[in-house]
Parts: sequence; C-alpha cells; structure tokens
Amino acid sequence: MSLVASLQLTAAESLLSVSGLLLLLVAAWWGDRSARFITGACVAVLAGAALLTAPALCGGVMGAQASAFYGQISADSFAAFAKLLIYGAAAAALLIAPAFFEKEGAMRAEYPLLVLFAVLGMGIMVSASDLLSLYIGLELNSLAAYVLASFLRNDERSAEAGLKYFVLGALASGILLFGISLVYGFTGTTSFGGIRAVLHGGTFGAGLPVGALFGMIFMLAGMAFKVSAVPFHMWTPDVYEGAPTPVTTFFATAPKVAALGLTMRLALFAFGTQVHAWQQVVIFAALASIVVGALGAIGQTNIKRLMAYSSINNVGFILIGLAAATPSGASAMLVYLAIYTVMSVGGFVAVLMLKDAEGNQIEALADIAGLSRHRKVLAGSLAMVMFSLAGIPPLFGFWGKFVVFQAAVAAGLVPLAAIGIAASVIGAFYYLKVVKIMYFDEPTNLAVGKSGWVHQAILALCALFISPVGYLLTKWLGGLANVAAAALFHVA
Amino acid sequence: MTGFPILSLMIGVPLVAAFACLLVSACTARWIALLATLVDFALGVCLWSSYHIGGPQWQFTEHLPLFAGFQWALGIDGIALMLIELSVFLMPICIGASWNAIEKRVGEYMAAFLVMEALMIGVFTAQDLYLFYIFFEAGLIPMYLIIGIWGGAERIYASYKFFLYTLLGSVLMLIAMLWMANEAGTTDIPTLMAYNFPVKAQVLLWLAFFASFAVKMPMWPVHTWLPDAHVQAPTAGSVILAGVLLKMGGYGFIRFSLPMFPEASAHFAPLIFALSVVAVVYTSLVALVQTDMKKLIAYSSVAHMGIVTVGLFAFNRQGLEGSMMVMLAHGLVAGALFLCVGVIYDRLHTREISRYGGLAINMPRYALFFMVFTMASVGLPASANFVGEFLSLVGVYQQSSWVALLCTTGIILGAAYMLYLYARVVFGVQKNADAAAMPDLSLREVLLLGPIALVTVWMGVYPESFMAPMRADIGHLEARLAQAKPAGDAKVTAPTGLPVKTTGEGSAR
Repeated sequence: MSLVASLQLTAAESLLSVSGLLLLLVAAWWGDRSARFITGACVAVLAGAALLTAPALCGGVMGAQASAFYGQISADSFAAFAKLLIYGAAAAALLIAPAFFEKEGAMRAEYPLLVLFAVLGMGIMVSASDLLSLYIGLELNSLAAYVLASFLRNDERSAEAGLKYFVLGALASGILLFGISLVYGFTGTTSFGGIRAVLHGGTFGAGLPVGALFGMIFMLAGMAFKVSAVPFHMWTPDVYEGAPTPVTTFFATAPKVAALGLTMRLALFAFGTQVHAWQQVVIFAALASIVVGALGAIGQTNIKRLMAYSSINNVGFILIGLAAATPSGASAMLVYLAIYTVMSVGGFVAVLMLKDAEGNQIEALADIAGLSRHRKVLAGSLAMVMFSLAGIPPLFGFWGKFVVFQAAVAAGLVPLAAIGIAASVIGAFYYLKVVKIMYFDEPTNLAVGKSGWVHQAILALCALFISPVGYLLTKWLGGLANVAAAALFHVA
Repeated sequence: MTGFPILSLMIGVPLVAAFACLLVSACTARWIALLATLVDFALGVCLWSSYHIGGPQWQFTEHLPLFAGFQWALGIDGIALMLIELSVFLMPICIGASWNAIEKRVGEYMAAFLVMEALMIGVFTAQDLYLFYIFFEAGLIPMYLIIGIWGGAERIYASYKFFLYTLLGSVLMLIAMLWMANEAGTTDIPTLMAYNFPVKAQVLLWLAFFASFAVKMPMWPVHTWLPDAHVQAPTAGSVILAGVLLKMGGYGFIRFSLPMFPEASAHFAPLIFALSVVAVVYTSLVALVQTDMKKLIAYSSVAHMGIVTVGLFAFNRQGLEGSMMVMLAHGLVAGALFLCVGVIYDRLHTREISRYGGLAINMPRYALFFMVFTMASVGLPASANFVGEFLSLVGVYQQSSWVALLCTTGIILGAAYMLYLYARVVFGVQKNADAAAMPDLSLREVLLLGPIALVTVWMGVYPESFMAPMRADIGHLEARLAQAKPAGDAKVTAPTGLPVKTTGEGSAR
C-alpha cells in the first residue's frame, strides 16, 4: 500500500488538518475580527470533507481497500457514516455560535478552529483500527474539547466545566491507557485485526486470561466515560450546564457519535470474538444509563442539565444496540445516533433561541412557562423535540428506539428490551414536564427575545426531520446504516 | 390495491385541516374543523355504502412500501368499518359541542381534535403491526394536550396519569410485536391473525398485549386513569375518550389477542371473567355514590366495558357480536351522556349533582333527550345497549352461568345509578335559583343530540344494519377460536346441546 493511496483514503482528514493550520495563521494575523470569516470557512471545509467522505459510504468501502497507513486507519463505510454525522453536527455547532458569542462578547477566532481540530480528532477516532491511532484521535478531540468547555473565560460556570471535564477526562484517559497496555501485553499486538485474531484463536486455551479481560473492561470503562454512560456519567450535567450553549450542542452530538463509533469498533470488531466477556457490562451500563438518566432528570430545573440527563438516557438506549452484538444491532445504533444528533441539535438550538427582552439566555425551566402563548412555533418545535426524545410515535425519535429494540429482540435479548422499554416510561415523565410547562402553565412572558434566521432555519430543518415526515427517510437511512454496519463486521 | 385510496383520504383530510387550523383565526378554525369532519363523515358514508357485504374479508386495501421494516398498509373488515363509522359520526358532534365552550386557543384545540380523528381512523384501518402501533400510541399526544390545556382544575394531574398509564401499558406490547414479527417473519396483520404461535410464547405475548388493551379499555384495576381523565377533560374530549378511544382496547382484543393467541386467550379467559365481573359489580356500586356527574358516567363506562370483555372471551358468536354491539352502543350513548352533562355544565359551570334538580320544569327538551340516553344506557329494549348486552350475556351464559349471573346484577345496578342520577337532576323540586333559570336546549344542542338519539333507536330497533357487515368477520374469528374453545358449564345443563345453539343463532340474526 502506497503513501498516495493512504493519503487518498484520508483525504478528508488531510483537508481538515491543512485548512485548520492555515486558518490558524489567518486568525493569528487578523485576530478576532476574522472570527466570522473563519467560522464560514470552517463550515465550508466541513462541507468539503463531507464531500470527500460520502463516496466511501455510498460505495460500501470495507476491509483491505479501506486500510490506510499500514493498518492504522480504516476509512471504511462505517467510519464514513460516523464522520458525516460528526461533520453535520459540528457545522450546526459552528453556525449557531456567532449570535451567541457576539452577545457574550466572546466571539473569538479560536472557537471554529478548536471545533475543527476536535472534528479532526473524532474523524481519526471513528476510523482508528489500531490502539495507537485510537489514542491519538481521542486525545486530539479531548484536548480541543477541554478548551471549548471553558471558552467563556469570564464565566465561573464555564471555567468550572472546563476544569471538571479536564480532570475527569484525564482520569478516563488514564483508565483507557491502562486497559490498552493490558490488552497489548496479553495479545502482543496493537492492531484491532490482530487483537481480534488473538482473542479468537485457541491462543488462550480454555479461557480468556484475567489480565486480557481486565484490559478489555478498562478500555470499555474509559469509553463509557467519553459517551457518559452510567456509572461514568457524573461530569455530564455539570459540563453541559457550564459550557456555552453552542459548545454544549457540540458536546451532546459530535463527540457522542465519535466515542460510540469507536466503542462499536472496539467491542464489535476488536473484541468481537469475546462478546460474552463484555456483553454483561454493556447491558448493565445500558439499563443503568436509562434509569439514572430518567430519574436524574426529574428534579432538574435547568433545561441544559435536563438535556444532559436526557443524553445519558439516550446513550443507554444506544448501548442496547451494542449489547445485541449483531450487524443489525450496529446498524440500529447508527440510525439511532443519526436521529439523536438531529434531535439534540434541534433541542439545543431551541434552548439558544430562548432569550429575554435584553437578549440574555434563559435556562431555567420555570421561565419558559406558557411559552406556547407567545412563541407558538418555537414552543411547538421544542415540544416535538421532547416527544421525540421520549420516543413517542409518530415522531421520528420513536424510530431510533424501535430499531434498537428490534435488534435486541432479534438477538434474543427480550428481557433486556422489555426492562429497557419499561424504564423509558420514567423518562417520558420529565419530557412531558417540559411540554406541560410550555403549554399548561400560566405564561411568564419572559422569553420574548428575537432570534436570528440561522437559528430558525436550523430548528426548522431539525423539526422537519423529526416530524412524521422523517419516516420517509427510514429506507434510505437504514440502507446506509446497514452498509456501514457491514463494514464493521467485515473480517479480512 | 385497486380503486380509490379512500382510507388514506379519510386520514389525510383531517390532517391537512389540522394544519390549516393552526394558521387561521378562531372563527375560521371552527368552520374548517367542522367542514373537515363533515367531509370525513361523508366519506364514511361512502365507505359504508360501497362496502361489499359478503365480499372479500379485507376491502379497500392499500399497500405502499414506504418505510423500512413496515408498510403503509390499510384495509378494513366489517368490524373496523363499524368502528370507523362510529368515529366519523361522533367527530362533527364533538366539534359542534366545542363551538362556544372553548374560547382560548381555538385553532390549536381544533387541530388536536382533527389529528385525533386521523389517528383513530388510522388505528382501525392499519393492516401492518407497526403502523397500528404508531397510530395507537400517537393518539396520546393530542389527548394529553386536550386534557392538559383545556381541562378542568386538576387537569395536569389527570393528563400525566392518562399519558403515563397508557404509555406503560403500550410499550410492552411493542416488545411483543417485535418478537412476533421476528418469529413470523411478517408484519402483515391478516397473515399474523392466521399464524399459530407456540402456545408457550402465546402466554407471554398475550399478557403483553393485555397490558396495553386492559389499560386502554379500561379494565379493573387499571381503570383509575379514566375517571380522572374524564372529569378533567373538556366535554368533547370526554365524548371522544368514551366514544372511540376506549373502543381501541376492545378492537385490540378482537384484532390481536383473540385471533393471534387463541390458546392463550382460552387460558386467560377465567382471569378476564374475574376482572370483568369485579368491574361490572364494583364500579357500578362506585357509580352509585358519585356526586360528580361526569365521574358517575365514567364509572358506568368501566362497567359497560366489563360486559364487552366477558362477551369477547365467551368464545362464541353471540358473545362476540354482543361485544361489538355494546361497544358501538356505548360509544353513542356514553358520548351523548357526556354531551348532556356538558350542556348543563356550560350553563352553570359545575358538575355537582346536588346543584341541579327539577330541570324537567325549565328544560323540558333537555329532559327528554337525557331520558332517551339514560334509558339507552340502562339497556332498555329498543335501545342500542339492549341488543349488545343481551347478546353478550347470552354468549357468556354458555360458558359460565355464574359470570352471566353476576354480570346481570351489573345491569340492575346500572339501572339503579342511572335512574337515580336522572331523578336527582331532572325531577324533584327546583332547589337552586340559578339552575332553575337555565334556558332550554338551543338549536345547536338539539342538532348535536338529535342524531345520536336517532341512531341509538335505529340500532335498538333494527340492529341488523350494523350487524350485517360484521357477521362474516365474526364468523372468521369464531372459526379461528374454535381450536381453543374452552368447555363451558352450559353444556352440563343443556340436555342435548341443541337448543342453546339454535336460539343463540336466532337472536343474532
């Protein structure tokens, strides 16, 4: 495999890194005046990267033909699916930012660039097929994310969010590294394919050595932190609340996709021959996330914290697809991730649009009481997002839960599916609470601030996608997810 | 596949109108809603007149493979046809009942009702398992909003209770559906109705579906959401809730539980009988002591639904036909009774029985209509309920004379609480000056109640019109159930087994 072929396969990453560095120079030269230009340029770069990535997904590239840099990177259709989601979410996070940061007086050129580098890291994460590239991608993403969380330097909550994220993220990275060292020590290889082969063959005789098992579990625990699955979820509400809302939008979507994509490749491909070794752990994490996410959200009074618990809850449902450990389970996870990304973007954009008369952000749930009286469209969209997150048909959020449970039932995990779906009713309670506050309570008339057309357009697109119209996309989305999942299970 | 997609059109018209209602002023929204529901009613009449009795089991079928994993598949048999007729008949009346009673957020209210109508028709026409589920569940959202926004003082508690109760019931059904589709390899409801699931699995599947339909029905002891929801909902909301939404539970039993799991249904028939008997007797007694008119009628609904479930699980033609007739009759009569309560509630803004009295003096026309519906609810011969209740009880008598006996006491109790209610509200002296000053029914109110009264009498005098379309389908169901039919105790007493059978057939026709 030549260098040229490798570069061709990683063209999107190359574009992102080169243009990121160039734009960094522009930012250094022109300062914050160029912030808006750089934001636009970054969105264009993301669009370009998406164009470079899409053929891999449509063509169903997999196996050896996707392998770049001597097996470090696997630019297959699975990676392409995840990357497209990441690019989309990042572009949304960039587009909604200027209005917010200009009001806060913090519109700096670093924001789009940090997002761009985080996206680059995520792209490497989802296409990593070696422990080394896995870690590089993860850290590149994380370092950018720590800075983004504390982007509002003068805001205590933002600084706190950054610090918490950093300390706990570093701990998780440590756990992950420890797991990596154990896995490497017991299998003698860092490539995913190699690990799979060693774990599969009769190398270990009767059973898996405890050390290798520890390594796998530690790695999955590290990943559980990144996807904020219970019991590694504690940082999520604080970081989501403290981080500036556009950054929270970004955190709730793109890194989730990346970390879940990486977890899928690890669990289903690298450890794919030892499913029974990690399945119980994933089942526990899934159910615990669903229940804790639902119970934790009930008492929340801040809408961003509520969305944080909602994301924990949703990750639980996605992990049910992982527990199924089948191609249809992986495909279901991808479909869920796509729908979840759109729902989250829609939800956070709606939160961004909640402003009082002076244009300050409203985050307290009590302050949006009776929103449906004076902001009909906004309240309607947010209600749709809430019902959709709760998984109530005919909204599209139901479809995500549906495919995940379908995969679980097909894999014979009927009790898991039954408990999971019964627990989803708890979650419905707090989503209903938001709708109740907006529709049933007496109006406070606080959220009267105008919102820009960019926000309105993005919200409208998200609302259209999660409306029943979205069901017309099920064939197309399911088809792409199946292609992507097939690549994940492809053994050369 | 052939012909005009009339079912899709019936779903589409209210949806388009709902969207339009959101954009226009209150007055226009009322007219749009009325027009749309009348168009749907006209379509419903066309549907009935072009329904070919004795034709294929599934008519007006449409198949569009629009989605991954399931289809836009619609089609009706006689049972679904009758329930659709009930829905489209009640909807214009609901819109009319809300004409002046709803003053705030009219556009949104009308939109919610129109969406409800589309979803109800969807439930009764869906030929695909998942499509059915989507329609079935989606109804929660508009009903939640209707109760929560336009309801009474305790509306928020009632709306939560309604939503979470029914959601919890339904989600287990979804898991069962996923398992069934996985096992049978199809989501086509007619195919699944003939599919023989392993008996062991049937038990669990039956319980999962039961969880959903029992809540929706509602059966004792999961009926407690109903009185709350009814009392808090606006009048038209109660009408739709009692008239159509409750029928979804019974429809579910007929369409899913019985034909798909006949063995499990037979296995659980004693459970159904026990719960239904408790429901009939207990909720009738509870209804006797109610001081709130709507609550009284809500409890009477639970009792009537008990008669439906015993009939359904009697496993014979009389029971099944009787259940369907009770459902149709109850949809009309309970709806009309809620309208009657709404009429005086609009005038005095209270539902306390003790605040009224002697209405026959100042509201004679109202007293007349209320009388008709009270008698119908009691099950007086020549009223719709009589036909259904009689057949149901005849059916269940063949299975278990004790259950039949106990359920019959419910009818006596029903007469007690309804006549007691009527006597307190309409007869006696005029205790309160404000109640005595209420004007009689307006033309609008007569137009709302009149058609229901006519249909009620029609159904009681000539039930054949309503039973004819369903006969073949009930025959199919009976044939399907024959393989699992439990032995009833009636056979012991009937010397040859001959007379019971023939009289039953005779009364059905």
